[in-house]
Amino acid sequence: MREIMYRDALREALDEEMARSSDVFIIGEGIAERGGSYKVTEGLLAKYGPGRVRDTPIAEAGMIGVGVGAAIAGARPVVEILYIDFAMLGMDMIVNQAAKFRLMTGGSGRVPFVMRTQGGTGGGVAAQHSQSLEALFYHIPGLKVVMPSVPADAKGLLKYALRQDDPVMFLEHKHLYMTKGLVPDGEHIVEFGKADIKRPGKDVTLIAWSNMIPRTLEAADELAKSGIEAEVIDPRTLVPLDKEAILKSVAKTNRAVIVQEAVRRGGVASDIASIIQEEAFYDLDAPIEIVAGLNIPIPFNLELEKASVPQKDDIVAAALRSLHAKPLALAAE
Amino acid sequence: MDAQPVKSNAPSRELLEKIFRTAYKIRVFETEGIKLYRQGLVRGYFHPYLGQEGIATGVCAALREGDFIASTHRGHGHCIAWGADIRRMVAELLQKESGYCKGYGGSMHIADITKGNLGANGIVGAGTPLGVGAALANQIKGSDAVTVTFTTDGGSNNGTFLESLNLAAIWNLNFILVIENNGYAVSTRIEESTRDTDLYKRGLAIGVESHQVDGNDPLAVYRLTEEAAATCRAGKGPVLIEAKTYRHMGHHVNDPGKYMPEDRLAYYKARDPVDRARDALVQMSGIDAGEITAIEAEIQGEFEEAVDFAKSSRELTVAEFHEFVAQY
Repeated sequence: MREIMYRDALREALDEEMARSSDVFIIGEGIAERGGSYKVTEGLLAKYGPGRVRDTPIAEAGMIGVGVGAAIAGARPVVEILYIDFAMLGMDMIVNQAAKFRLMTGGSGRVPFVMRTQGGTGGGVAAQHSQSLEALFYHIPGLKVVMPSVPADAKGLLKYALRQDDPVMFLEHKHLYMTKGLVPDGEHIVEFGKADIKRPGKDVTLIAWSNMIPRTLEAADELAKSGIEAEVIDPRTLVPLDKEAILKSVAKTNRAVIVQEAVRRGGVASDIASIIQEEAFYDLDAPIEIVAGLNIPIPFNLELEKASVPQKDDIVAAALRSLHAKPLALAAE
Repeated sequence: MDAQPVKSNAPSRELLEKIFRTAYKIRVFETEGIKLYRQGLVRGYFHPYLGQEGIATGVCAALREGDFIASTHRGHGHCIAWGADIRRMVAELLQKESGYCKGYGGSMHIADITKGNLGANGIVGAGTPLGVGAALANQIKGSDAVTVTFTTDGGSNNGTFLESLNLAAIWNLNFILVIENNGYAVSTRIEESTRDTDLYKRGLAIGVESHQVDGNDPLAVYRLTEEAAATCRAGKGPVLIEAKTYRHMGHHVNDPGKYMPEDRLAYYKARDPVDRARDALVQMSGIDAGEITAIEAEIQGEFEEAVDFAKSSRELTVAEFHEFVAQY
């Protein structure tokens, strides 16, 4: 095990998979010589040459579409979109082309396409560079949605993504690139659809992903000071979702708090809550809590930006509400 | 002194016959397919390629095995010209398991990636970036395969037209973009959607070798495509070809096309690409009328056999559908 940064873990994954298969290549804005704005692709141009590490003009729809076409034709492209906000320009290619091709061809066509991008708030980059848009992709059948929170998952999931035959939306977080974590030496692969318990506990289940994981772990630390043992579950991949792991944890703790940075309305948390209430209703001792972003575009002002998305105290408060909720039968007395 | 025929440039009987057969097969498929639609056997949309046969026919005849094509929403002609099994095409239109997409795709989504057909597309213009992507994949794999995307005058107004053609240009991809300029985007006349209706000029603006050709002349389309493919394989791609043509009917089967002026339609029908393919075969190869009739009867029979095959094929069961869905 070594302690490395999230961005280095991503680079290792790309490097190892490019070495493993000559079908893997990368296109994106400023990803070749410059190594990308977050330095994920640094050094890959020198190693794999301009054929497989290519800068593109600023033309997201074209670039995503070209990636999808290359995937359909049998290559394994990684298209890096600098900010998830810019992926909106390529939505036809993602939603109508990549996601549909396999079904439309009766299963004979596959699309081994990976779109790497990053989202989330932080640093006052304002409304068009701060969105958490996973729910858009989560909603579209045919897409896998991956949101790693720690370097080990970033590496393992990206390697797995590059061996998939379906389109993968690989959503990183701008605030995580320089965070560090232990990553196993040698080959390290994390399968999709397997949630990870980032902290075991028995009193309340906290479900979070991406940059909400470090914040939720801080909240769990805070709760631990009062003797509350929160279990923190990271689905790691939203599609496929490891609902068994979530239901198992809820069966143990009887309480669920779902934390997402994205706006609340129409979000993934709401869908996870619906799964829990449908499949684990009788395990619940309290209403499911959702801690989510406000239903607004993200403001530039740093204090207001902070007020727009869940903070540690919001998560602690939700967990306490859940723990202090009286069972319905008792409340009626 | 009699002029000597220039043998080296004269098309072979084999080529001429191939072009006629393809154009005629598309004509039969579309004409008879519309009848099946009217009988209620074909559901959904059906966008006939009638009148545009010369383009798919000429282009595909100039390509080779291992090359790729990406099509439009009006895709049957490209599929046939690319050598598709019309039994499986009819079966797809009839939603049968033996269809190219097992009845999951239908008219607008017929694809056969095993043969390099990236598929028809329900989103106008979307085939352009997909085709450039296939060309990129081939370049990365070290293949000299050429990819052709068929797009339309409507598709040329989509942003990805410029975005992806520009990528093909900066990367010198083996990519040929064929604009089938039939004068209408659904019902909107080209004069209403662009100021300069010579669409090939759009390629010139970004440094792409660009040509205009009479799309109703299959041999001319063939010759130009052959040159364009050679240019690509010499590492000097991409190439843009604007092929001028005209639809023989409305946008789809249920569109009577009343907005299409009769004199203009008559002008193009007098330059019917199937007739021109037949005339070229007759005039340049000396084939006799009986042989032509035999070819036509053979193709008609092939279509009828395809309809029987499709009708006798089964539909997917809901249980099979659920098995497929479980993978999602």
